[in-house]
Amino acid sequence: MRGTATGGAKRSRSAPYLLGLPALAYLGIFFVIPLVTLLKMSLSTNVGSVYEPTMVLDWHWANYSDAFSSYGAQFSRSFLYAGIATVLALLLGYPLAYVIAFRAGRYKNLLLGLVILPFFVTFLVRTLAWKTILSDTGWVVSLFDLLHVPMPDGRLLSTSWAVVFGLTYNFLPFMVLPIYVSLEKIELSLVDAAKDLYSAPWRAFRAVVLPLSLPGVFAGTLLTFIPAAGDFINAQYLGSAQNAMIGTVIQKQFIVVKDYPAAAALSFVLMAMILVGVLVYARVLGTEELT
Amino acid sequence: MTTLGTRPPETTPPAPPPTGAAPSPSPLRRVGPWLLNGYAGAVVFILFLPILVIILFSFNDPVGKFNFVWKGFSLEAWQDPFKYEPLVDAMIVSLEVAAVSTVISAVLGTLIAVALVRYRFTGSGATNTFLVLPLTTPEVVMGASLLTLFLDLNWATGFWTIVIAHAMFQISFVALTVKARVRGFDWSLEDAAMDLGATPLRTFLRVTFPLILPGVVAAAMLSFALSMDDFIITLFNSGNEVTYPLFVNNAAKTALPPQINVMATLIMLASLVVIGLSQIYTRWRTRG
Repeated sequence: MRGTATGGAKRSRSAPYLLGLPALAYLGIFFVIPLVTLLKMSLSTNVGSVYEPTMVLDWHWANYSDAFSSYGAQFSRSFLYAGIATVLALLLGYPLAYVIAFRAGRYKNLLLGLVILPFFVTFLVRTLAWKTILSDTGWVVSLFDLLHVPMPDGRLLSTSWAVVFGLTYNFLPFMVLPIYVSLEKIELSLVDAAKDLYSAPWRAFRAVVLPLSLPGVFAGTLLTFIPAAGDFINAQYLGSAQNAMIGTVIQKQFIVVKDYPAAAALSFVLMAMILVGVLVYARVLGTEELT
Repeated sequence: MTTLGTRPPETTPPAPPPTGAAPSPSPLRRVGPWLLNGYAGAVVFILFLPILVIILFSFNDPVGKFNFVWKGFSLEAWQDPFKYEPLVDAMIVSLEVAAVSTVISAVLGTLIAVALVRYRFTGSGATNTFLVLPLTTPEVVMGASLLTLFLDLNWATGFWTIVIAHAMFQISFVALTVKARVRGFDWSLEDAAMDLGATPLRTFLRVTFPLILPGVVAAAMLSFALSMDDFIITLFNSGNEVTYPLFVNNAAKTALPPQINVMATLIMLASLVVIGLSQIYTRWRTRG
């Protein structure tokens, strides 16, 4: 009736297309087409008023050059903050994922639960909680004072470090989980063999475990960097006006100023820059596997 | 670590020491695991700290309109969690949006996941990549692009546009979660059912569906949580509708009553109960 080697039954040729069609159609209409309308908007001019916008597609490329010249600082700040936050999340997240995968024993599920617990507490309320923790009168600032940890202007809240830390915290689970998944797949006998082969545990780790976990690191860093680069909540709640990111600008232009063409151009530039970054990164890391 | 530099070159490796028979492990080897566990514990603490603060401040007795400084223990907010009507309304809107969008995305996402895991077909690789794209697009771009579509179509933004937006990003999460959970299943059970004369529909209902159900439930729970939590995409497509995160954002500018913390704590407790129950159910099923 069928070959068993692939492990996949092929009852009908049309079945996979029929099963996949609804989701693909939905994403086509509400993910792809919106990107096309966004592109159209980014090349349009509003000939109406702010309240009665009338968009005309006149291939207004100046929207793009304006986006670069007016908001270059916010762009570079976004990528800088997101880059530092990604590195910090990796430094914090990898050891945690490692401990959960290899050392947690019967506490594995409990620890995984603690990692995903923040998902069930509203993002905004958590960020507000950091505002309390990092406030000038909070215990963290007092502790840092006591230990003579240098802080910009003697405070944490409303500094770029608070924004970077907020980004790190918010996307940390997205770093830990993919790394955990890739570590979990490694066969323990392989790790044991490596430990026998290389007497130093660090060398065993570097030669065997680390390379095998790179797909997880790749997915984790992307799932941290991309949302962090577009985020504006942390900048808004934990930073000051000097820490505005590109997300802040896009959001303001779209919702407050209602300058849709400018905002659309900014969104496209952000997406294009991220896409280029991802491709370069994929090439450097030597893997094009995302899932 | 200190032995690293003095190790002989790779060409003449020393005989590997037999496992578990190292006579005197270096101090670092004994302390290393504890350091690593302690570090991981500290990271978990960072993850947990704001949640602790949220719970703690739901018992605060704040002075003034904001709930940022600890003033004293009070049960007031817990005794009257539904004191602020707009907050309750916002919570109801969030629950409704999450319920509807989760149903849509669970059905569509599961179907495409089954197609990808069970069949080999032309374009499956491209479909896999396509499903990842929404996850690698900044939320602010997805929110903005959907808004331009709704502007283009002249649709008024409100409840249904929020549902549409949420289901859009949930589909990918559902598809990837279900795919990961059902990969490596023993699908020969399906063939056995078919060989025994079951119709494809009966096979699906009696064999396939029970097999994938735990994965679907896990995906749906994640999906629900993502919808309840979403702020950025919702902000663009909400019109005059106010969800719980939008309410919090507005309140952050004017007044933050501790009831917001009570609500956040209640959401978390409810999620924990649901997760606990589903764990017990899975264990009971696998045992029986």
